[in-house]
Amino acid sequence: MTTIVLNVNQRRYSLQVLPWVSLLDALRERLKLTGTKKGCDHGQCGACTVLCDGKRILSCLTLAVMKDGSDVTTIEGIASGDDLHPLQQAFIEHDAFQCGYCTPGQICSAVGMLNEGKARTREDVKELMSGNLCRCGANTGIINAIMEVKEGGGLE
Amino acid sequence: MVGRPVSRLEGKLKVTGAARYAAEYDVPDLLYGYVVNSTITKGKITRIDVSAAKALNGVLEVITHENRPDVASVDLKYTDMDAPPGVVFKPLLDAEVKYNGQPLALVIAEDFETARYAATLVIIEYQEEPFETCLDHNLEKARKPEKGLATMLKPPPPPPTGNFEQAFKDSPVKVDSEFRHGTEHHNPIELFATTTVYEGEGKLTIYDKTQGTVNNQLFVANVFGLHYKDVRVLSPFVGGAFGAGLRPQYQLYLCVMASLFLKRNVRVVLERKQMYPFPHRPQSYQRLRFAADANGRLTALNHLAISEASQFEDYVETVAQWSHKLYPAPNTLFEYKLASLDLFTPLDMRAPGGVTALHAIECTMDELAYEASIDPLEFRLRNYAETDPVTGKPFTSKALRECYMRAAKQFGWEKRSPAPGSMTRGNKFVGYGMATGIWDAYQFPSRVEAMITQDGKLVLNNAVTDIGTGTLTVMTQVAADELGMPMENVTFNYGDSKKPFSMFQGGSSMTASTGVGIVVAVKALKKKLLKKAKDIDGSPFKNVSGEDVAFRDGSIFLRRSPSVSVSFQEIVAANGGRPVKTTNMGAPHVLKLRKYAKATHSAAFVEVEVDKELKMITVTRAITAVAAGTIINPKTARSQITGSMVWGISKALHEETILDEKLGKYMNQNLAEYHIPVHADINELDVIFADERDDLINELGVKGVGEIGLVAMPAAVANAVFHATGKRIRELPIHFDKLL
Ligand code: FES
Ligand code: FES
Repeated sequence: MTTIVLNVNQRRYSLQVLPWVSLLDALRERLKLTGTKKGCDHGQCGACTVLCDGKRILSCLTLAVMKDGSDVTTIEGIASGDDLHPLQQAFIEHDAFQCGYCTPGQICSAVGMLNEGKARTREDVKELMSGNLCRCGANTGIINAIMEVKEGGGLE
Repeated sequence: MVGRPVSRLEGKLKVTGAARYAAEYDVPDLLYGYVVNSTITKGKITRIDVSAAKALNGVLEVITHENRPDVASVDLKYTDMDAPPGVVFKPLLDAEVKYNGQPLALVIAEDFETARYAATLVIIEYQEEPFETCLDHNLEKARKPEKGLATMLKPPPPPPTGNFEQAFKDSPVKVDSEFRHGTEHHNPIELFATTTVYEGEGKLTIYDKTQGTVNNQLFVANVFGLHYKDVRVLSPFVGGAFGAGLRPQYQLYLCVMASLFLKRNVRVVLERKQMYPFPHRPQSYQRLRFAADANGRLTALNHLAISEASQFEDYVETVAQWSHKLYPAPNTLFEYKLASLDLFTPLDMRAPGGVTALHAIECTMDELAYEASIDPLEFRLRNYAETDPVTGKPFTSKALRECYMRAAKQFGWEKRSPAPGSMTRGNKFVGYGMATGIWDAYQFPSRVEAMITQDGKLVLNNAVTDIGTGTLTVMTQVAADELGMPMENVTFNYGDSKKPFSMFQGGSSMTASTGVGIVVAVKALKKKLLKKAKDIDGSPFKNVSGEDVAFRDGSIFLRRSPSVSVSFQEIVAANGGRPVKTTNMGAPHVLKLRKYAKATHSAAFVEVEVDKELKMITVTRAITAVAAGTIINPKTARSQITGSMVWGISKALHEETILDEKLGKYMNQNLAEYHIPVHADINELDVIFADERDDLINELGVKGVGEIGLVAMPAAVANAVFHATGKRIRELPIHFDKLL
């Protein structure tokens, strides 16, 4: 067991984990932050996307011990209090989900993608969001929601 | 509220991560189960050694067929509501292995990582036997399916009419073609999971990934000999299911078994790869022979469909007879057969049977249109069925013509030049394709409890799930309208087997089923409220009848003088503060509907681009027009349709489970190799809802939108690929290599 510190959603957690515990399982099973989803555990679906030191990462491909001392933002930390993040609001308005299971990953990934500042066009956004699968087929809603926020510059 | 594009009521929970799915309930002292699956396809376990696994620190137990607790011995006890004819498979029953990946042991440990590691230490030795898993090599074994209860919803093809062989021979225009589909898996993004809370002697609370809370409640009670009232199955959020949740799956069985065995709270989550020895869309073979006269009128329809069954259950779909529900023809011959293979039993997967059949039917129609030199849309119009071709009965409603016309116009079908390969854009061939869709309009009985609480608000209870379809929102809209109340004063509780009965959520049936249940219950509630209002001392409603009053904003008004009113709150107060409530059953009007045919319809128009050298195929835009009666929520209904259009593109161009027939095993048991469309694959998708009013079908005039957006799409894509390239690819998915 190793003791590590994770700063998740601006809260400091100290936890004891075995070295093979993934960041995803640490969040879900140890910290009970189940907003981050597990869809494959193999880096293939994007459902487990979180922001780590501002960058989007796949928490299933990350060992918790690797992120000792890091700042992690999960879907639970995207809104500020009761005020939804513009992307969260846009997802609701564009009906960018059905079952909602891929949604936390899509939103965290979109925040990270917009931070990266590489996407210029709708095609860029689609390409750069393609690591996040949606089996419900909410693809057009998801991209519409992201484009609205991107073009509205509603992201701080 | 009906007809308004209301955003999903649970939206905030889903975008903030607060929505909890089956594996996410925080339960004290939870144990984790991890499944060990068979590595052989058929044979017997000769030795199973769990000693190393059990010796590991943190492992509590390893359950195998050798030490499992007793379960029901009567086969019938395992028969869930959706079980096909046959004998339900029972995990850990004995040493026999019937299919690859069969669950053989469950390791239970204090944490997930330990359970997963311990599972690798379980040693299993087998004696292998030969097996057959490939449908194509076993077509000659095909036979008539067994009949049973579940066949009620999926009737076998009707008897032949006229003389098909003669008519086919004599007709001037004809097509004879074969279609092959591989396996597909539902692959919801949420992993199948169950959390069982052991509540003490014989009592369980189960959070399960399912489309039918009551179905799984009864299954668990029957199999483990518990009283059904002591088993509660909750499934308020379901991360997609698409049919995979229609029957209880093995993680539920194993999780409950472990929980009862150890008298502890247990969670079992399957890995993605463990969701392949699982229900799936069956492999299928179809041969279609369609013929027409010189005027392009169909003369003869023959559709033979063969699909895969397991060795223990005869899962069936409605495949062979769909063409005759769309197009009249005097000579018909439909056959449906099964071949038993050493695979797990297939199960309904979005638009089961329909999407399989319509790909073949609508590609054959396209081919026939080309043979007759008639525009494909015109060809369909010439064969338009005003009444049901099979029975001659009128439809309760059918706005398919409007679907064709509006979608064709918006798509720009008239700009199409018919010759294959005649339209280009830069270094791409452009193809336009279209196809027709049809699906049944199902409705099941549904019981709803409706009550007015002390605060004058409406609360509704029903066991139905919301698998992402928008059920919560749509039901709230229906109830709000029925009682003339704003939506925020309506609470709909669902996803809980403790609530009044609902069938499992499938077949595009739930809006009609639960919706009608709500209408019936709220109507009864209104009567009761009026009666209670009359009982109040000095009530101004004493001598009025139901027609004299109106219900609005939580009050009853006298129509003649609206200033005379009584609020629901006052009525409940006069009732001693006890909620005014009623429970009623909504059911289809079976007798009345016997005189009619019922169906939803659609028309899909698709544009593809095919790279001239690399043959890469892109669906650049697609439009689907849908006739499904009243659309209660155009926003969520639209998502149902665009979602299934994505499924249609996926079926046509992307997804398949690849079977290695030598190993009897699926080879791409993960989301990297089981391809579904990513965002970059999906371009413009548009939806049109035809103005279809249906006063006959049910109280709400709704026919369901879950499958109708999918059925026409694969054929429309394949027809567009033909138009672009001149190649008829009759196997799905169409990958670029098939065009090289
Ligand atoms: S769970 Fe991490 S990518 Fe799928
Ligand atoms: S909303 Fe269900 S997987 Fe995306």
